[in-house]
Amino acid sequence: MTDRAEDAPVAGHEETPVAANPVQAAQPQNVSHGSRSQWLDVWDQFRTHKGALAGAGFFVFILLAVTLGPYLWIYDPTYIDIRARNTGISLAHPLGADQLGRDMLARMIAGGRTSVSVGVTAMALALFLGTLIGVLAGYFRKLDGPLMRFTDLFLALPLLPLLLVMVLLFRETLSANFGPETGIFLLIVVGIGVTSWMPTARIVRGDVLALKEREFVLAARSIGTPDRRMITRHILPNVLSPIMVSATLGIANAIITESALSFLGLGFPPDYPTWGRLLYDATDYLQQYPERVIWPGAAISLTVLSVNYIGDGLRDALDPRIRGR
Amino acid sequence: MLTFTLRRVLISIPTLLVIAFAIFMLLELAPGDPTAQLPLTIPPEVREQIRQSLGLGEPLPVRFGKWLIQFFWVEPLHIINGIFGTDFAEGAQRVLSWQTRSPVMDIVWQRMPQTLWVVGMSYIVGVAIALPIGIYSAYKQYSVFDQAGTFVSMIGYSVPPFFSGVLVIVIFSVKLGWFPSIYDTTHVVNDWDSFVVQLRQMIMPVMVLALQTTAQISRFMRASMLDNLGQDYVRTARAKGMSERSVVLRHTLRNSMIPVVTVIALGVPGIFGGAIITEQVFKVNGIGQLLITAIQANDLPMVQTLTFIFAILIVLFNLIADVLYGVLDPRIRYD
Repeated sequence: MTDRAEDAPVAGHEETPVAANPVQAAQPQNVSHGSRSQWLDVWDQFRTHKGALAGAGFFVFILLAVTLGPYLWIYDPTYIDIRARNTGISLAHPLGADQLGRDMLARMIAGGRTSVSVGVTAMALALFLGTLIGVLAGYFRKLDGPLMRFTDLFLALPLLPLLLVMVLLFRETLSANFGPETGIFLLIVVGIGVTSWMPTARIVRGDVLALKEREFVLAARSIGTPDRRMITRHILPNVLSPIMVSATLGIANAIITESALSFLGLGFPPDYPTWGRLLYDATDYLQQYPERVIWPGAAISLTVLSVNYIGDGLRDALDPRIRGR
Repeated sequence: MLTFTLRRVLISIPTLLVIAFAIFMLLELAPGDPTAQLPLTIPPEVREQIRQSLGLGEPLPVRFGKWLIQFFWVEPLHIINGIFGTDFAEGAQRVLSWQTRSPVMDIVWQRMPQTLWVVGMSYIVGVAIALPIGIYSAYKQYSVFDQAGTFVSMIGYSVPPFFSGVLVIVIFSVKLGWFPSIYDTTHVVNDWDSFVVQLRQMIMPVMVLALQTTAQISRFMRASMLDNLGQDYVRTARAKGMSERSVVLRHTLRNSMIPVVTVIALGVPGIFGGAIITEQVFKVNGIGQLLITAIQANDLPMVQTLTFIFAILIVLFNLIADVLYGVLDPRIRYD
């Protein structure tokens, strides 16, 4: 943002000689244009989308809250202060305390930490798988048929039931091997990642197929670029924008799925707060303390909403046809 | 068109078989013994007999084959029996639930009406709301209505049903007391008063599920209408002096509905998945709730059958969407 603010007056200043002496002054202006990177253009376009900007702001706020929060609000989320149980909003407990007297703000921060890290890790896994399969299917003609049939097969699987079954069946083995928290974290991240890579793979494959026919790929091939470098240097940078858009959608999807699993009682163990788990626990006290349902629910919804808005803005910003306007 | 349909049907058979095998293997790999819950005083040979009676102990391909025969041959015959009063496949082994020792499909048929009522009604309501919203927001693009529609559908995308469901319970049943928070499945509709009771208990789950549907379908409808409104034939229709009403509702809408209809068909299995959560929130004892209880009770035949039913729904509606697309738009038939 600051880069752009400094950049703008300079570009404006250099425009004056253009009017006076067009032949000479064309050069400095060109230089200032050349120094503008593509990402500055993208940022400029992104800034015009108000919803996306607000979403990005909120998401950064959530990220800061869950990373720095535990240092600022030093309550232990599992500390039981039985005399404070079921207290409402107060100075000692800004979001109240739950049925065991645990501080809700600390639990929200700890829960957000889990939910967001599950979201980001599962998204990264899904993106990795989706990009790998998409690039392989798009680039190597022999692999296209089998890999796309494989993708179709995954798309025809009932994902939520299978995810529930996976969590149920493998929870205990993994808990025994990696400890209850890491085990379930791994299980949920792998489960969500393995069941949500298909849209990315399809989009990436389509883009790679189109890119393969372009002249710069032909040029690169004619100078003898090997396949490995072809993919990493020429194909991947050009499919970056659809990947980034599906990254945002992937985070949203992963957060919702993790919360849904926790809500169905098949997610993280009860003493390990996540937003979905907090929501699930609070529904038992729905009649008396509805606000305890609102906090985690609003956190999930607003985070997902902000991520969706970022994706929306990013889609516009990364599309060069829209960016010019 | 017939060859196209036939080919699509033939492709879906191996797909279903592979999915059936994948589900079977996933459950097979699972650790855990169905007799683990039984008392430790049972002698090992009796335990082995119990395992045999549950259909375990035989080699894996045999069990898979048996399950396929039970599911694709014995169970359909029982459905025919139920409809026509015949007695095919009497005494043949059916897929039995480990929880209740009764045939899985009988329980599924008991639970199906509740799910179909809530889920089916919500989908119809959702589509009925979404289509006019989509049409109007495309016609008045960037108007206040359009912006509001975009915002509402963004919320519909982002607020998960387990929160929106709980939220409407807090507002409408705890604070206002308008609707009951628990869906009473034993309620029988026989006169006007009981119909009103049924309506009141259905409103909240139906609206929660419909919000999701509306959010998706209205966006598709809007995008599709926008694509078509800029076309030359629309300008031609206007230039001929046709009324706006017939330009939009007759010419544009018909063409815009083609992709939307397939999206509607593709969304049907997804809504059954969403119903798993909504049924849990409103305590509807439908299919989704059956799946959750079966998972918690480690009732593998039930889980296997239900998951496979969901898979059949997905494959079936993909097929319907493909064929519908071909019927509606002659340009994309591949025969």
